[in-house]
Amino acid sequence: MPDFGFSIQSSQPIDLDKTYRAVYNFVKEKEPSIQRCIYCGACGATCTAANFSQMSLRKVNLLLLRGQIAEVRQLVEHCLLCGKCMLVCPRNVNTRKMILLIHQALKMPLS
Amino acid sequence: MKNVGKQLIWQQYQKEIAEDHFFYVRSCIRQNFFPGAEATFLRILKDVLHKDVYDDPAHTTCTGIGYHTDIIPLETTMTVVARQFALMTEKGYKNFIPSCVTSFGLYLEILESWHNHPEVLNQIRKYLKEATGRTFELPENIVHASDIIYKFRREIASKAKYRLVNQQTGQPLRVVEHIGCHYAKMFPHKSVGGAEFPRVLSGIIEEWGGEVIDYPERRHCCGFGFRQYFIKANRGYTFSSVKKKFDSMHPYSPDLIVTNCPGCNVFLDKGQYVISEQEGIVYGANGYGIPVLTFEELAGLIVGFDPWDIGLQVHQVSVEPLLDKMGVWYEPEKKYRGKNNIPLGQPLQPTVLKTF
Repeated sequence: MPDFGFSIQSSQPIDLDKTYRAVYNFVKEKEPSIQRCIYCGACGATCTAANFSQMSLRKVNLLLLRGQIAEVRQLVEHCLLCGKCMLVCPRNVNTRKMILLIHQALKMPLS
Repeated sequence: MKNVGKQLIWQQYQKEIAEDHFFYVRSCIRQNFFPGAEATFLRILKDVLHKDVYDDPAHTTCTGIGYHTDIIPLETTMTVVARQFALMTEKGYKNFIPSCVTSFGLYLEILESWHNHPEVLNQIRKYLKEATGRTFELPENIVHASDIIYKFRREIASKAKYRLVNQQTGQPLRVVEHIGCHYAKMFPHKSVGGAEFPRVLSGIIEEWGGEVIDYPERRHCCGFGFRQYFIKANRGYTFSSVKKKFDSMHPYSPDLIVTNCPGCNVFLDKGQYVISEQEGIVYGANGYGIPVLTFEELAGLIVGFDPWDIGLQVHQVSVEPLLDKMGVWYEPEKKYRGKNNIPLGQPLQPTVLKTF
């Protein structure tokens, strides 16, 4: 093969009909308030852990919907469960419970 | 949506295309990579449609590539464009046709800037006068060359020797149309059909007997993106886009791709070679690629010009499977013969992509 000096990156589409939703569905069943999230980012803005990590609950919720579980696992490890996000959430999402349920779901075999 | 509403929306995307007396400006990319295309366009206008068209040897690049890669100041670009208009004015023309979609977008952008900022126009008039002693008038009608073919598509169809129909099966050829981003995405109301549903190529294809394929990535960019391709390390972005388009259209088994933009034509044609070498994938039947033609070349084929006269031998993907399907007569031994039968030499063979 000739040396082109570049390579073709593979496409990374997220097909919402085919994403892995088991973790999101588990959390949604136990804590339906997750569905109220409007992705405003107030949780991420006030997050203590965000000062020293990439943690953002808004991002976690989005990644759960997209089925990007490996990234979710990395982010939720940083949460201190301080609950500041719960105080600022304009939609009253039970964010602490959400994190605990995500941890629980990640330890369970889900299909 | 009620039919009346549809018609109202469609009316917004109709444009006035002049009837005759055109001043033609060429494309840097098209005349280098597909040198027969522009000659074919002029031949169709003069010999088939009997129109008055002037191809001025004194005109230059529009500097669009330099402008989009941020290496030429906007004032310089505007002055160069003003010089093209000055040439048009001097020759007594008012209808301006750029061959290139990038140029077309650039001319529209500059005219729009001048319309909104007359002081800039006055400044550019001053620059041009100081630099060259020329003065200019703004064009009355500015359309892309593909708009002209679109306008006269029925006339061309009435004089056609071949149609976009598979001669063996009698079925319409399945055609992918690809429209350059700068044709409709910058100024949708200056195109035929707007940015969402540009009609300029699909109208031509359907009039000439073909069937247009609607595939998911139909409106995706070819990947040229100027800075994506001109910086070598970024070229992966270009060919990732090309691959995305081909992966998307492949299930629909297209017989042919038609483009109206010089850059798109290069990347969809020569990109098939790059993908075949790097990924080992070929998208056409029997190890050949999918032929990619410019709208001028397609018009030339339809009216019966010799495929080698319109420059189809310089395409990376062999066009012979398409010519056979359409029933176009050609002499295989003359493929690499130039004027007065002078041998042009043989191209090197790719490793994966099969060529004739």
